[in-house]
Amino acid sequence: MTAEFGDRLPAAFSRPGSSSFVDFLADHAPNLLPGRGPAPIGSVETPHATTIVALTYDGGIVMAGDRRATMGSTIAHRKMEKVFSADDYSAVGIAGTAGVAVELVRLFQLELEHFEKIEGTLLSLEGKANRLATMVRAGLPMALQGLAAVPLFGGYDELRSEGRIFSYDVAGGRYEEQDFHAIGSGSVHARGSMKKLWAPGLGAEEAVRTAVHALIDAADEDSATGGPDVARGIYPIVAVVDSGGYRRVSDSDLAAVVRAITMGGDQS
Amino acid sequence: MTQPFYVSPEQLMKDRADFARKGIARGRSVIVVGYRGGIAFVTENTSRALHKISEIYDRIGFAAVGKYNEFENLRVAGVRYADLRGYSYDRVDVSARGLANAYAQTMGAVFTTESKPLEVELAVAEVAATQAGDQIYRLGYDGSVAEEPGFVVMGGAAERLGALVREEWTEDLTLAEVLGLAVRVLGAGEEEDGSADRVLAPASLEAAVLDRHRPRRAFQRLSVPALTDLLPGAEQK
Repeated sequence: MTAEFGDRLPAAFSRPGSSSFVDFLADHAPNLLPGRGPAPIGSVETPHATTIVALTYDGGIVMAGDRRATMGSTIAHRKMEKVFSADDYSAVGIAGTAGVAVELVRLFQLELEHFEKIEGTLLSLEGKANRLATMVRAGLPMALQGLAAVPLFGGYDELRSEGRIFSYDVAGGRYEEQDFHAIGSGSVHARGSMKKLWAPGLGAEEAVRTAVHALIDAADEDSATGGPDVARGIYPIVAVVDSGGYRRVSDSDLAAVVRAITMGGDQS
Repeated sequence: MTQPFYVSPEQLMKDRADFARKGIARGRSVIVVGYRGGIAFVTENTSRALHKISEIYDRIGFAAVGKYNEFENLRVAGVRYADLRGYSYDRVDVSARGLANAYAQTMGAVFTTESKPLEVELAVAEVAATQAGDQIYRLGYDGSVAEEPGFVVMGGAAERLGALVREEWTEDLTLAEVLGLAVRVLGAGEEEDGSADRVLAPASLEAAVLDRHRPRRAFQRLSVPALTDLLPGAEQK
């Protein structure tokens, strides 16, 4: 591949018709696509990312993820980031085999940016969600070998002026979720928590509190989910996406939210 | 079968160059000019959809003159080149120099091997942390590359307009000042006394900046309201 850079750009670079970076890779450098090549035989132990929660509120969505990655019963990482901005108006969180998931997010972010640069306009939220489904499906052979990763996607839909959330299965099935959703090992507990705390018409601050509360509840019951680590100053990654775009909630704000929840003074 | 006439290589190349140069001179000029806070791109273009200026990567911008279908093709190739590089290595490993090289090879190969040379001229600019690190490359239809200090004027009456920019440009101008300069130069007529000068309205301009102080993606288009704010003298003259 490097040899080609020294010479004239190959024909694939100027082939018209596609605004997709993934399609371009498949055409020009398929070896760089994740999940290509023979799937591994046997099993390997790899770090796993765990709980992600997302919920809609009045005017946008909140997505939050804990920071722990586990490998069997070992804590592989304490400060892993599992919630990312997919572009200015959407967020993506990941659960499952960390290596596969991070690669998926990197390619997805690039796919959206590439489309935006070539077309001069953003994809619709629905278009982004569909694109992600195709990319998840491409990872199915790896998933069958035990290296599965699934995303949770959400963003602000400018056409409808509201926040929307999409979940996926390993086969690329795409489901729009109403109100709230969670994925990963702690998702059962997180969903139970949100079922009680979520209500229509939440404001952004209440939504952040509900998301953090759900993560704390999940961390209480699930050993693979890390709760807020006040001693080390490690807080969940919490992102808010509204008409103003993607922004991450600062650690100092989260510290206050965590204090309010754990002191028992707040049941939102 | 009749024998084809002999054409010397010099004549062949000259004919091709004349052909390309004529095509490029037909369009309107583009000015790429450095200022204290980054690099500005300005051209006269009433279309809001068919751009001559665009983003290639985080710190890299692109401007072109000539045939739209040809430079659009090169632009897309440049975006793919940059995104592939950044995906294979890291975002910081994508440089304007590498992109200019790839373009030069491509345009040079077309010039010598294909039946028609590309009727385009490109500028590739990269903004750095300090003004001393900024780079502006100019790429000719034949694959020639030049790194230009400070500014580039391409297309239309490029030489005449380039001389006008050279008279006034200094590196510590502000954005409003370079935009004012660029718009004045783009509207300058051929008459020495200024009788043929035009005043370009913000709505007839396409402009963008690579802003040094923006995080990650430095490229930003300047909308008509933003341009109107930055060009207060535009209406009075």
